[in-house]
Amino acid sequence: MRTFLGMPTTAPAGVGHLRGDEPFPAAARKALGDAQLRRNLRHATTTIRAKSGAVIDEVPDWAELRAAGRAIKADTMARLPELLEQLEAAVTAAGGVVHWAADAVEANRIVTELVRATGADRVMKVKSMATQEIGLNEALEAAGIEPVETDLAELIVQLGNDKPSHILVPAIHRNRAEIREIFRREMPGVDPDLTDEPAALAAAARRHLRQTFLSTKVAVSGANFAVAETGTLAVVESEGNGRMCLTLPETLITVMGIEKVIPTWADLGVFLQLLPRASTGERMNPYTSMWTGVTPGDGPRQVHLVLLDNGRSAVLADPVGRQALHCIRCSACLNVCPVYERTGGHAYGSVYPGPIGAVLSPQLTGVADNASLPYASSLCGACFDACPVLIDIPSILVHLRGQAPHPRAEAAAMAAAAYTMDHPRLYAAAQRAAGLGRVAGRALPPPLNGWTASRDLPAAPPQTFRQWWAERGSGS
Amino acid sequence: MRIALFVTCLADTLFPEAAKATVRLLERLGHEVVFPADQTCCGQMHVNTGYPDEALRLVRRHVRAFAPYEVVVAPSGSCVGSVRHQHAMVARRAGDERLAVRAEEVGRRTYELSELLVDVLGVTDVGAYYPHRVTYHPTCHSLRMLRVGDRPLRLLRAVRGLDLVELPQAEQCCGFGGTFAVKNADTSTAMLADKMRNVLANRADVCTAGDASCLMHIGGGLSRLRAGVRTVHLAEILAATGTVGTTRG
Repeated sequence: MRTFLGMPTTAPAGVGHLRGDEPFPAAARKALGDAQLRRNLRHATTTIRAKSGAVIDEVPDWAELRAAGRAIKADTMARLPELLEQLEAAVTAAGGVVHWAADAVEANRIVTELVRATGADRVMKVKSMATQEIGLNEALEAAGIEPVETDLAELIVQLGNDKPSHILVPAIHRNRAEIREIFRREMPGVDPDLTDEPAALAAAARRHLRQTFLSTKVAVSGANFAVAETGTLAVVESEGNGRMCLTLPETLITVMGIEKVIPTWADLGVFLQLLPRASTGERMNPYTSMWTGVTPGDGPRQVHLVLLDNGRSAVLADPVGRQALHCIRCSACLNVCPVYERTGGHAYGSVYPGPIGAVLSPQLTGVADNASLPYASSLCGACFDACPVLIDIPSILVHLRGQAPHPRAEAAAMAAAAYTMDHPRLYAAAQRAAGLGRVAGRALPPPLNGWTASRDLPAAPPQTFRQWWAERGSGS
Repeated sequence: MRIALFVTCLADTLFPEAAKATVRLLERLGHEVVFPADQTCCGQMHVNTGYPDEALRLVRRHVRAFAPYEVVVAPSGSCVGSVRHQHAMVARRAGDERLAVRAEEVGRRTYELSELLVDVLGVTDVGAYYPHRVTYHPTCHSLRMLRVGDRPLRLLRAVRGLDLVELPQAEQCCGFGGTFAVKNADTSTAMLADKMRNVLANRADVCTAGDASCLMHIGGGLSRLRAGVRTVHLAEILAATGTVGTTRG
């Protein structure tokens, strides 16, 4: 049966976490002033970069793997409707139930009703970007259902009443001393003498979560991959907490962006090689859980899959921007980004920060709602080099800048500059006027004062190159 | 060889020494340099700031100005990157396939200075003399768009008297990024602060690069700090022979 999701629309406002409270430059300014945050980010991203780079260098066919990853994703996007229907049929045949959600509001409603139908007032959660994107925790809380994050870093964020700042390491902005303080303040029954040793912190979280795992009957997860031909869903994680959630409860509800489908079981082999090395810098992912519908006597007896659009079809409609849907959420682009390393993730205002967030969030919401994000990059290209599926993030950034609403004065200045530069005599006259040169070293007027706040202007040369060239020609 | 100079608007207007050095260097190596007078700006600032429609006329002008020449050189990785990777895209976006094809042809014949010297002219020792302690910043677009690799370093290593010191975390962006430096001035400055820390770490007297734009940024920061370290374009070092008047340095 064909399901009509309606015309492609962007993710609705007022629900979920794709839009920030303020433009990137203002949010970044605050983050840049936090010396502890700067130190935490520098340390963490430098460590992950080195680890990931070392294990990638071990793989002789890394370039071919990246090309294969890109090819599979491009093929998937080219026939997404067909693959999603194939997935729906396979999941249904295996005893699962598939739901279609056009946006965050609908997805939250579907999940809330499914949880209510079980009679549970608490769900445990596997780390999931899709549920963060739609604000599922807030929706469940509003319905009187308590969501418990079981991923260690998501737990730190949840207990700290904080927001995730990295796709893979959501508490990257916290160091272990800060984590100890959050645990001592917020974790019921925690040892007041808890140290900030990583093993001690992990043990405290383990004790806290164990009771939840054993007593909670409903779990909510995302999915890294869904295999269309078999109906198999896959979650990759490092702790085993996800596997507890995926195997212990009676009901498992998975919320998955529609772009996560891949055609065949064999395609998984490519991504399971690319993802761990690019993301955590591991050779093989520690816990890879896969399930296909319901298996009698083993695992959850009720399995639901909520397929989430929330702007993705609109992204798919853009021939340049649709590459952003190839993302496998490895975070390699965040870890190499000189902007992310200094501002952290919160400045982006979306659950998807860093370079991929700067191209994904504005497309999901519509560029006007996230107009500052395509500019949150120096276009240095480190993200493109790091991406395991070869997403040309700089080109998408430039493309989206072309769609962003422009300040009127800037647009006028740009048009005037283009006109002048298209008329060599005018151009030469403008050069000679050298207004810039006369105020060399001093403050420029807004908005150019951003430059002179921290940088001197070059001294104006006595003559331009073309004047020198003309004199030289006539003199010789 | 007859080589057309694509001066770039920035070098033409604010850093003519880099362009003059390019001319002197190529002439010293026995080549003829011509300067197509109709050139102005490649339009990169417009494209990267979100004004591809305004950039179209500049792309058209650039292609027209340089189409007659077999070999074109620019003392800038960024501007060559724009010509090679953006011009055809801007033309196609406007539905002008003919311009796109011509832009691709010009792009294939346009070289960044170190590419021209090493790949086309086959020279790494250009006979330069520059007795200073120098560190080299590989600019993002020369590194990741053009993949110039170690060509500039090979050229620098062959310069007599030059003491080349390593730049820590060399491949990280200096924070310039065109209008990024103004639109996101605080983040840009934070990136610049780290770049300057690394430039100062090995006590270099001179920081060089293949792009006047990045050098304007790094140099503007070093000047503000009164750090006592100069920024000098790669072309000026390669053109220097120890005789008077070859470099501002």
